[in-house]
Order: sequence, then C-alpha cells, then structure tokens
Amino acid sequence: MTNDASPNTQPTYYQEVERKGYSRRDFIGFVTMMTAFMGLEKSAIGQVAKALETKPRIPVIWLHFQECTCCSESFIRSSHPIVADILLDKISLDYSETLMAASGFQAEEAMKNTMTKYKGEYILCVEGSVPTGADGVYCMIGGKTSMQILEEAAAGAKAVIAWGSCASNGCVQSAKPNPTKATPIHKLLKANVPLIKVPGCPPIGEVMAGVIVHLVTFGKIPELDRVGRPKAFYSKRVHDSCYRRPFYDAGLFVETFDDENAKKGYCLYKVGCKGPSTYNACGVMKWNNGTSYPIQSGHPCIGCSEENYWDNGRLYERASAFAGFGIEANADTLGKVALAATGVAVAAHAVATNVRKKKLIFELEKEGKQSEQELKS
Amino acid sequence: MANKYLHIHRLRRVYVWELPVRFYHWLNALVIIALIATGFYIANPLAIQSQHEASGQYTMGWIRYIHFAAAYLFFFNFLFRLYWGFVGNKYANWKQFLPISKKFFKEMWYVFRMDIMMLKGKEHMSIGHNAMAGFIYFLTFIAFLVQCLTGFGLYAPMSTWWLPKLFTWVPAVFGGDILTRQIHHWSMWFFILFAVIHVYLVFYHDYVEGRGEISSMGGGWKFIEEEVFERNHHQTPNPEN
Ligand code: HEM
Ligand code: HEM
Ligand code: SF4
Ligand code: SF4
Repeated sequence: MTNDASPNTQPTYYQEVERKGYSRRDFIGFVTMMTAFMGLEKSAIGQVAKALETKPRIPVIWLHFQECTCCSESFIRSSHPIVADILLDKISLDYSETLMAASGFQAEEAMKNTMTKYKGEYILCVEGSVPTGADGVYCMIGGKTSMQILEEAAAGAKAVIAWGSCASNGCVQSAKPNPTKATPIHKLLKANVPLIKVPGCPPIGEVMAGVIVHLVTFGKIPELDRVGRPKAFYSKRVHDSCYRRPFYDAGLFVETFDDENAKKGYCLYKVGCKGPSTYNACGVMKWNNGTSYPIQSGHPCIGCSEENYWDNGRLYERASAFAGFGIEANADTLGKVALAATGVAVAAHAVATNVRKKKLIFELEKEGKQSEQELKS
Repeated sequence: MANKYLHIHRLRRVYVWELPVRFYHWLNALVIIALIATGFYIANPLAIQSQHEASGQYTMGWIRYIHFAAAYLFFFNFLFRLYWGFVGNKYANWKQFLPISKKFFKEMWYVFRMDIMMLKGKEHMSIGHNAMAGFIYFLTFIAFLVQCLTGFGLYAPMSTWWLPKLFTWVPAVFGGDILTRQIHHWSMWFFILFAVIHVYLVFYHDYVEGRGEISSMGGGWKFIEEEVFERNHHQTPNPEN
C-alpha cells in the first residue's frame, strides 16, 4: 500500500467544513445535534468534535439496486446542511449513481479505484434490494448483476450499511409473489464484514447521518439490536414516544378518518396504526427537519421499518386478512366459523351419545334409581 | 342387608387430582378466561364516547394491565404445573401427556373409536386422564408455550425486568412484532375451541360413566368401580413401570 492509498492523506472532516465556509459555531451546532441524536451523553460532544477534527474522511461507496432512491432523498434532506454538504455530497462519496457527477465508464473507474486504493477502509452503503431471480437480470449496472457488484464491493469494505427497508428487509418489491426474487442484502453477504441495518421507507435522514457520524467518531459500528439495527434509533417503538399515547391509554380511538374523534386527535390504533409493533424514531426525531411525522398529520403508522410490513395485514385495519379465505376474512371470522362448527359437532356428539350409548346410560340410571328406591324403603 | 346391594356397582373413592392440581386447574381456567376477554378488547377496543379529557380515564390501560397481570399468573401457574408433573401423583405425572409408548397409542385409538366415533364395544374406563385426553392436554401445553413466548416477546419492550427481556428473541425469529402479534391473536382461538370441547367432554364423561367426573376437579375424588380397580391397580396410559 503506498502512502497515497491511505485515507490519512485525506483532509479531515473539519478541514472540509472550514473549506466550505461553515463557521466554528455551525460545526459545534452540528456536533451537538448529532451527539444528541445518537443518544450519547453531553460529555461525548467533545469526543465527537475531536473525532471530526482529527480523523480523515472515510471513503464511501454508495450502491443503488432495486429501489426508489427515497433513502438518498431523505439523507440529503437531513436537517443540518453539513450532513449533505460534508458527510456525503462533496467529500465522502466516491461513488453514488445518483449524486456523483461522473457517469458511465468514468464512474465505474472511480468505484474500482476506491475499492483498490482503500481496501478494508471504505464504507459500503447499499440502497435497495438485490433481485436474484432469472440470474439477476432485473438489475444490472455496467454489464454486471447487482449480486456481482455487491459481492465485489463488500469484499473490501470496512463495514456495510443497508439503507432502508429494501436493503434491510426487501421492502415492497419483495412483497408476495416477489417476481424478481428481491432479496435483502444480509441474506446475500458472503464477505465477513459487519452489517448495519437502517430500515425505514425511507429511514429518517438524521438517523442515517447519526449512523455515519458514529462510524466516523468511534471507528466502529454502533451497538446493534438482535436484528442488526442501531439500538440508539431502533430500540423504542413508535407507540412509546407517540404524543397520542394518552388517548390510547384512555381507550379513545379514531373510528373512521372523518369522524369527530379524528378531529379531536384521538389515537389511530383502530384505523390500523402499527405504532405498537414498529421500532423507529419517528416520534422523537420526526421528519422534514422535525416538522411532523405521519401520526401527527393524522395518518396511522404503516410500520415501514418492519420486516414484511407490506404482507403482514392491511394498512388501515387492525385485524389482518387471512390468505385463502376471501378478502374480508380475518382471524376472528375464521375463529367464529370454527366455533360454530365446534358447537354443531358437540351437539351432534351429545345426540349420538344418547343414541349409541342408550343401554349404558339406561343401566346407569337404573342403578341409580334402584339405590334411590332402596333408600326410601 | 349386604346382598341387597349386590347388583349395584361397588365404587371405591380414589384421590385422583391432588390439591395443587385442582388449584392449578381453576386458577388456570380463571386467568385464561380473563386473558381471552382482555385479549379481545385489546385487539378491538370498544368505541367509547367520552366527555372527559384523556387524562381522566385509563380504560385501555386497565384492560392491558389486567391482561399482563393475568399473563404473569398464567405463566407461573404453567411453570408450576410442569414442576408438579415430576413430583405429583401418577395421574399428574408428565408421562400422562406424552405419546411415547405403544400402549399410549393403542389407548388413544381405542378412545377415539369408543368415545368419538361411538362404535359399540366395551367402554374404556380410565382412572386419571385417558390417553386421548392426555394427548390433547399435551397440545394445550404447547399452546400455553406459544402464548407465553409470543406474549412475553411482545411485552419485553414495555418492561424493564429481566424476565420478559429473556423473550426478546421471539419477535426477532418471527420477523418482527407485527407477525408475532398476529400469531398471538390466532392461537387465542385454540384456547376458545379447547375450552368449549373440554367442558363438554367433562360433562360427557360424568354422564356416561357416573363416577363424579365434574366434581373430581373440585374435591379431587373419582369413584372407581371395584372391578376396574381390581383389574388394573393403576390404569394409566404410560405406567411408571
Ligand atoms: C391464554 C393466553 C392468552 C390469550 C388468549 C391472549 C390473547 C391476546 C389477544 C387476543 C391479544 C390482542 C392481539 C391483537 O392485537 O390482535 C393479546 C395481546 C397481548 N398479549 Fe396476550 N394472550 C394470552 C397470554 C399472554 C401472555 C402469557 C402474555 C405475556 C406477557 C401476553 C401478552 C400480551 C401482549 C404484550 C399483548 C399486546 C398488548 C399491547 O401491546 O397492547 N398475553 N393477547
Ligand atoms: C366448567 C368448567 C370446567 C370443568 C368442570 C373442568 C373439569 C376438568 C376435569 C374433570 C379435568 C380432568 C379430566 C380429564 O383429565 O379428562 C380437567 C382437566 C383439565 N382442564 Fe378443565 N374443567 C373446566 C374448565 C376448564 C377451562 C376453562 C380450562 C382452560 C382453558 C381447563 C383446562 C384444563 C386442563 C389444562 C386440564 C388438564 C389438567 C392437568 O393438568 O392434569 N378446564 N378439567
Ligand atoms: S428502502 Fe424502500 S424506501 Fe428506501 S429507496 Fe427503497 S423503496 Fe424507497
Ligand atoms: S396513534 Fe399509533 S403509535 Fe400513537 S398511540 Fe395510537 S396506536 Fe400508538
């Protein structure tokens, strides 16, 4: 490895911040915000600032497979301009089909260069799922299938970040019947690199920035939960930080979207809110620079950061459809039918008992009556 | 005097269900009913109209509180029953529930023909559970397990205690809380159907056997015919020896 190949020759984040004309005050503001988002203590602000001041930027390769680019959109709209300007856009991103200026052969060259020059040091971000059906022809870039590209890029990565529900869980394109066999990347990664899942459709921009800043600051991946999501952002359910929660506890619910209760801002549970089953930071961080989030604008949470949310029941109902029993059937319809059938079976059995075991019952009764008679005498 | 009663069955009192089993049974029945009732409410709460501020009432909160309190009782009661399967009498023994011997299968098949298909033949007279009942209770215990796993898995994020936290792996296995909750809901129907059939069959046995089946879960006694008693000192599906 030549000296040139080391990221140490790269400018630090702070140098880039200065070069872009941000003030020290802007920088500290950004650091404080990120530290808070990452759920760290106030004392960590200094640590984060120091890291950004002294650590050279980490090269990033950002791959786009089967997706809609809403993750990128969310990221560049992250509330603090430094996120888009410094972390991603101008400095760190060596390859991103959407955001880079280069295209075609040039772009592929740039990626190859980063991969060889910064082997073992770059972060691989993956947005979108990998279609494995029909030998991967559904998503090919520069003559290679997304599977091949992923394998090559992951082999030399320091860490892999799966952006969004597509890369983390397969998202909507892997919904039944999943014609392209869209597959989340954790099922495909062969290289032994740490993987961070950042699900959501899209994930919150600040969450994405937080994950990157964590990697930069501490040089290692953030603490993950059992399914591989950063605990700092995914350990609480939307329900746990929902401002409509008092209505839930009180038992006051919106029944239909245009009723009086909806106007009063009651809980959206009965119109299908998946907040109680969804792990995300929407209630705390909110969206669009902290303006609002779906529940605040009167829409139930659809559980976009949960695995299979598109197949696990309907969006605007609590009870879910039962496959194979008609669109209107849910578990309770089926249960009631089974209960009625059981009732009929039990009644039939009772009748059959009296017919088929007539002799037995007769003898028992006779025996009992006999005893009764004998007691009288 | 004595020969007056000769044609009448001589019944011997057998202490079948010990007090801990009876206690377990009724606590279990009670909390399951509470769990089903509150579970239905949690799944589909009533549309209450209220003039009060949300802070003035706690309806959903209380219902869920009852569900979770009953859930803890249910869980520990279940653990206790498993324990009693090793230290209780032979009718409570774990071998009563597992189809692990040829005899067990033979008896299940026989009960199936006599009591379900209503074929004619010699009645099957067991003292504790018959093999079929034992097997159904085995399935019931599996449903208990499913309900505890999914329930505590869903409960874990609301709790700070280590015990529910032991179950955090459950939703991860099922791919998230949404599906876990649905499984929890679906398996509730097993309990409802079981309870209906079970209570019916208890009455059925009381009716066709005349040995005090219903009251056996009250006092613990069953009244077993002298002949049966002499034929087989402890007729159980998987005898201990
Ligand atoms: C016979 C046993 C049980 C039955 C029949 C039952 C039934 C139900 C039902 C029908 C629901 C509503 C599910 C839905 O949203 O559609 C529910 C919710 C729930 N149950 Fe159970 N349950 C049982 C045992 C347990 C146990 C042992 C636990 C352990 C703590 C538990 C914890 C929960 C939790 C955490 C919820 C979600 C409540 C919420 O988030 O508000 N359940 N149960
Ligand atoms: C009127 C109500 C009920 C009566 C009279 C009753 C009576 C009995 C009797 C006599 C037995 C032993 C019979 C046998 O082994 O075949 C038994 C066992 C059992 N019952 Fe019930 N029962 C009632 C309700 C319930 C309910 C609601 C449940 C729970 C859903 C339940 C769960 C069980 C279980 C799990 C056993 C196996 C006991 C063991 O652990 O050995 N019972 N019941
Ligand atoms: S993960 Fe879902 S959200 Fe992100 S680009 Fe994909 S479709 Fe859009
Ligand atoms: S609106 Fe949704 S997240 Fe908010 S309290 Fe109601 S159920 Fe929970």
